[in-house]
Amino acid sequence: MLSALILILLIAGGLAWYFGNRNADIARWIALGSLGGMLMFMIPLMPQALNAPIHHGVEISWLVYQQNSWIPRFGINLILALDGLSLLLVLLTLLLGVIAVAASWHEITERVGFFYFNLLWSLAGVLGVFMALDLFLFFFFWEMMLIPMYFLIGIWGHENRHYAAIKFFIFTQVSSLLMLISMLALAYLHYLNNGHYSFSYFDLVGTGDQSPYGFWLMLGFFIAFVVKLPAFPFHTWLPDAHTQAPTGGSIILAGVLLKTGAYGLIRFLIPLFPDSLNYFGPYAMAIGVTGVLYTAVVAFAQTDLKRLIAYTSISHMGFVLLGVYAWNILSLQGAAMQMLTHGLSAAALFMIAGAIQHRIHTRNLEEMGGFWASVPKIGCITLFFAMASLGMPGLGNFVAEFLVLVGSFQVNVPMTLIATLGLVTAAVYSLIIIQKAFHGPQTDHQQMPDFDQREMGAMTVMIIGLLWMGLYPQTFLDTLAPVFAQLDGAVIIVENQVNLPTLVSHLEAAQ
Amino acid sequence: MLKLLWLVPLLPLLSSVILILTKGKLDNTRVSYLGVGSVGLSALIAISCAINFNMAPPGSAYTQTLWQWIDVGTLQPSISFYLDGLSLVMMLVVTCVGFLIHLYASGYMYPDTDYSRFFACMNLFLAAMLILVLADNLLLLYLGWEGVGLCSYLLIGFWYKDPENGRAARKAFIITRVGDTAMAIGLFLLVRELGTLDIQQVMDQANHIWKQDSGYAAIIALLLLGGAVGKSAQLPLQSWLPDAMAGPTPVSALIHAATMVTAGVYLIARSHELFLLAPDIQMLVAVVGTLTLLLAGFSALTQTDIKRILAYSTISQIGYMFLALGVGAWSAGIFHLVTHAFFKALLFLSAGSVILALHHQQDIRKMGGLYKRIPFIFIAFLIGSACLAALPMTSGFFSKEPILAQAWSQSPILWLGGLLGAFLTALYSFRLIFVVFFGEVKTETHPLEVPEKEQWRMSSSLIALSLLALFGGALTLPLDRVLPASDPHAPIGIEALNTVLPIIGIYLAYQLFMKNPQWLDKVMTSPGAEKIKAFWFAGWGFDDLYDRLFRFPYLRLAAALGDDFADQISRITEKVSSYGHWLMGQTQTGSVRGYATVMTAGAIVVLAIGALS
Repeated sequence: MLSALILILLIAGGLAWYFGNRNADIARWIALGSLGGMLMFMIPLMPQALNAPIHHGVEISWLVYQQNSWIPRFGINLILALDGLSLLLVLLTLLLGVIAVAASWHEITERVGFFYFNLLWSLAGVLGVFMALDLFLFFFFWEMMLIPMYFLIGIWGHENRHYAAIKFFIFTQVSSLLMLISMLALAYLHYLNNGHYSFSYFDLVGTGDQSPYGFWLMLGFFIAFVVKLPAFPFHTWLPDAHTQAPTGGSIILAGVLLKTGAYGLIRFLIPLFPDSLNYFGPYAMAIGVTGVLYTAVVAFAQTDLKRLIAYTSISHMGFVLLGVYAWNILSLQGAAMQMLTHGLSAAALFMIAGAIQHRIHTRNLEEMGGFWASVPKIGCITLFFAMASLGMPGLGNFVAEFLVLVGSFQVNVPMTLIATLGLVTAAVYSLIIIQKAFHGPQTDHQQMPDFDQREMGAMTVMIIGLLWMGLYPQTFLDTLAPVFAQLDGAVIIVENQVNLPTLVSHLEAAQ
Repeated sequence: MLKLLWLVPLLPLLSSVILILTKGKLDNTRVSYLGVGSVGLSALIAISCAINFNMAPPGSAYTQTLWQWIDVGTLQPSISFYLDGLSLVMMLVVTCVGFLIHLYASGYMYPDTDYSRFFACMNLFLAAMLILVLADNLLLLYLGWEGVGLCSYLLIGFWYKDPENGRAARKAFIITRVGDTAMAIGLFLLVRELGTLDIQQVMDQANHIWKQDSGYAAIIALLLLGGAVGKSAQLPLQSWLPDAMAGPTPVSALIHAATMVTAGVYLIARSHELFLLAPDIQMLVAVVGTLTLLLAGFSALTQTDIKRILAYSTISQIGYMFLALGVGAWSAGIFHLVTHAFFKALLFLSAGSVILALHHQQDIRKMGGLYKRIPFIFIAFLIGSACLAALPMTSGFFSKEPILAQAWSQSPILWLGGLLGAFLTALYSFRLIFVVFFGEVKTETHPLEVPEKEQWRMSSSLIALSLLALFGGALTLPLDRVLPASDPHAPIGIEALNTVLPIIGIYLAYQLFMKNPQWLDKVMTSPGAEKIKAFWFAGWGFDDLYDRLFRFPYLRLAAALGDDFADQISRITEKVSSYGHWLMGQTQTGSVRGYATVMTAGAIVVLAIGALS
């Protein structure tokens, strides 16, 4: 059933390309219909996820589980599964997919069919990443989301698109090769111990630490994930990619693609290498915290609106890294919430930046000013998302950052104190957006149209989402709680050096 | 009626949401009915809650839980309101004074094109402020705390076309955020040590777990104090408030005098058990208050902008409240908060009327002789100033007197600071009276551009506030069971001094600014006087200091990092590979002889390697 989801998107992408050559509108409607339909299809799983029982151990209860044999000789299977975390991220992906289609509706007029083909294929890859539990399959999807995104940036991007697309490709490609090496090593290690290859998540959980090269294997995964996250100092592809990507591409990049890195850390890296929490945790937290502050300062200095927002994204992702490596229920819930809330707030900000660029043909903040009078809707909505981004309580981002900080405070006080300074720097860069674009004296760009109904619709969805996550986050926290209880249980058992075959049999019995 | 408590913050919030969603399409009449009416209704509900609450047995508290907000591990804050004597007093001040200021503002802002946006922000502010005072846990309090900060930012920068206003708004937001960050760290520590953020539980557990002079209690009290000095504009985070006067005058009255800036006082009173466990920090509160009230008092003397004088006066009066909390005159501190809300709102609103009458002239050097032109406003302003100067029988007298008496019994030095401050207060407040309302007329008044009905609203608001300011001293606040009691009595000589010195200050003001201005000129010719004046005028140089310590370095850092040095490093690999590309390209010369030479040489080298190995 889960593979059908991915397949539908792939087929819809092909159809969009085929029909888009004759009539662009058909391609748009195919993309919207397939994503929207799947969203409607997936939402009914939420009540089940909400009521999933919490096991503080290794028993795993997947909401949906699918296993087929693929390449038995190397122990490669088609394992796709959904739990609360995957489900929420899948929903986020589909929702932002719909919004990306809406944002591209009038912006993309060239080769429309091929555009939606790439968009849908990239999203299909992302869905695969969030559901795959076979390392090889995971890698397959990991690559599958890259190449369409490369085309999205390289073909429909702005003035410097080729440079940005190639930079994006090289960064992610090199880092994912390192991950591939680590994966092959883990499978080989399994062969040495058990006499057969396996890429299955259940076979490999906790085995990374047994290898004498465990640290280096862990590093391979780590680099792949933090390049995608991105974390300082591997973030440098992101400002270029974001700035140059078309609005739809930026929304997918910021809203969804970055989350695959965070997801990889939570789902794969820590469970595969639980010991790395001890020997690597403080360094990873330091990387996260440095990123929070460093990119906040850099963001403030930008004059390109999209570039500024791109740097704020990196800053917010630093909190995720901090939360993951603090690894307690508070900080993990916070990190996961940060993935969801940032998905909405960053996507909205990029959509706003794209809308402004579409109207006045510049992203330069120095050429903006006084927009409040002419486009009050855009102003009011930007203010809302700027407030979300600086962590205003009542909106989801506050809940996320507060949980991360409360959780990490119990683990590492100095790191948390430094990260908390990010609350001040976030205020500095968020307010400068409002000041430069919307306040101040009016500039020449007086006569731009305000948001239309399509844009208001997309914004309304994201505003409601952030208010929901800010005022009643329990819906999401309850969905996530069983996942973290069980991941935490697995990690603790492995840490205590419980005999691994029992763990594996536990995990398998639970399927 | 207590069951309706949730409506008190909800009504202004709802009105704000409606005003935002209608995007300014409503006409002014409808906006004012919605904006003022919702607050009025909320004030009525607050009053009926108060009546019901008074009938309950003394010392009881009422909690209303709306829903569970967050539930992760031990962190389980809910959206709950907590009503006891203290939050009741705050709720009444916020809704009633808030209503009167809204009423006034509906006239004052009438000519403004952004009438609807103004009321949307004001209503939102009141909702956030009410959540702040009613919150039963510190996380919800923090929500209100940040919410009022946001509205303060929006309203300071209300006239956004002038970049200076935007700068003042951001300054206010960022400086208070520094304090808020300290407070947030305090919350992290509370969660770690006590596992809860519920205010009553925190206080109970703190008393059980921590001993007197406990280190944790001291650190947490200090961090909360950090939040309080930011929001209440006390040393060292006071410098944003004078600039915040860039907002419309009703905003200054509501946010930057009567309610938001006193949130710090409320926070300390709310968490007084923590401060009682940490006497050193409590003493620090008193010291901060005393220093601030003196610094701001001297600065107020030198200002020339009528609103900036009142702003410094607000900082100084909140200093008194901090002094009161620090020396243990808890109830007196809250009492001063209440009376200050009355008379400072009155002062700001009547200053607003002066400013309107003079067509947005705020410089007092260009005012004079106004008591004949606008006698009604003169009387209102006079009442406000008399209360501010704590003349006997006014509300300010009844609230300031116990503070000074308690300060005397705790520490004569603090008392002396407070006394000097009282003298300064009288001096600068009557300087304002004499300069603005007496002497020769310098700027002529204009008729207001506000319709008759709205003018009447402004007047009735001023009358109501005047009555509150005059007779507010007769109120008794239901704080007995909430805050530790104190019964301050100082020797009769000290009390006499407390009473007489403000009168001397007024007499001196009369001499310096009315009767014998040449005395002042003489003082100013003495060496160094100009420098001191400039120093006080600039708020003791704090802006300059913070610019040098924080703002400029941050700007320099941002400029230096703007190109993202990490990106520069990653570009090195790019440069290396394109250099390699160029280098290899160089061998492509097109000369056949060259190719043949290299090929031969290569073949020889390969053969040699083969032969030798």
